Amino acid sequence: MDVPRRQFLVESGRWLMLTGVAACAYEAMLAGQPVDAEYEMSDHWWGMLIDVDKCIGCGLCVKACKEENNVPDSPYYFNTWVERYRVQLADREHPLVDSPNGGADGFPALEESDDERVFFVPKLCNHCIDSPCTQVCPVGATFRSPDGVVLVDEKYCIGCRYCIQACPYGCRYLDPRTHTAKKCTLCYHRIVKGLTTACCEVCPTGARQLFDLKNPGDPIHAYLREHPVQVLKPQLATGSKLYYANLDGTVR
Amino acid sequence: MKRERSDWAHLIRLGGLLVLGLVAFVFIRPLFIPEGFGVYGHYRAGAILDGRDHPLEYAGRADCEMCHSDVVDLQEERQSSHRRLSCEGCHGPLAAHAAAPDDVRPVLPDITPACVTCHEKSAGRPPLVPQVEVRDHSGGEACSSCHVAHTPGMF
Repeated sequence: MDVPRRQFLVESGRWLMLTGVAACAYEAMLAGQPVDAEYEMSDHWWGMLIDVDKCIGCGLCVKACKEENNVPDSPYYFNTWVERYRVQLADREHPLVDSPNGGADGFPALEESDDERVFFVPKLCNHCIDSPCTQVCPVGATFRSPDGVVLVDEKYCIGCRYCIQACPYGCRYLDPRTHTAKKCTLCYHRIVKGLTTACCEVCPTGARQLFDLKNPGDPIHAYLREHPVQVLKPQLATGSKLYYANLDGTVR
Repeated sequence: MKRERSDWAHLIRLGGLLVLGLVAFVFIRPLFIPEGFGVYGHYRAGAILDGRDHPLEYAGRADCEMCHSDVVDLQEERQSSHRRLSCEGCHGPLAAHAAAPDDVRPVLPDITPACVTCHEKSAGRPPLVPQVEVRDHSGGEACSSCHVAHTPGMF
């Protein structure tokens, strides 16, 4: 067979291009398949706002979260917990932090003191955009969903605990019943149904607010225009979507 | 000089093995990749749906209001400071009751511990809610002797 060089180049270029286009189209077709007719993942981008000045340390969020998400009841397993910070005015570098039973039963009453500033900091998964925990998973069992929620694939998790070590915020644990990693799901089963998370539902002061940055009607936009917010450990560039208002710099 | 077949037969065998290996790889690889893996990223797409079936425990205040409009009306009428609170914060998770109101009957919460959860005075509590040193304030009396939880002013 005698093919001139020009014709060979033209033909092979054409085939290369056609296979490329076909592959892209196939990918787009797969990605475009709606998994849920009522909830479009690409229309949402979830996060949470926490106003530290509004938290009264009642612990209702911790209790509600444990009920809603079937978190092991014994101590030290939490999807969300509340820390009480006591910042000594003379030694701001070393705040005293306590969180008895994650704050689920409230905190032992504390006398007012002129030497310290006391406040409560609710904590939970930061639902990072570039989360270290998902990057280290060796089997692809944890991931950030297209709507911005970091989830664990329980059927696929091998329980190697790598993600637990990788999370800079200490938000993961190994469930002693299933031996798989567990964490805050941002009440994914609730938010896809249009409900708020269990912790935000019961918060009596509105210190916790679930938000959807892709929803133009969400009050978060007006709030962010007028208030400064911070994330925890910004130097790690995790892309945290857990925004804190009125956060003290001593909080780690 | 004419080459003997035996000079390059081993190359054919090697190439054949390579091709066989490649074909085997192409056919066996998908068997080990779960369905939906890679659709959205390096994970199983179905895992996103798995968590959605988790049952609800907290119904949400909107569901409570559908039947318990008497409480809502009273709270609005008296401009109760508790009118924006979640019912289930004090009453506990009641999605089961909301789904089957007659079959699942809620138990009334123990009133004083419920009040103390938010209203016990402690350093660091921002003054968003009234706070008292409960022991001095009530002398061991139940909060409900003087206050009504839904409209928490004095009687």
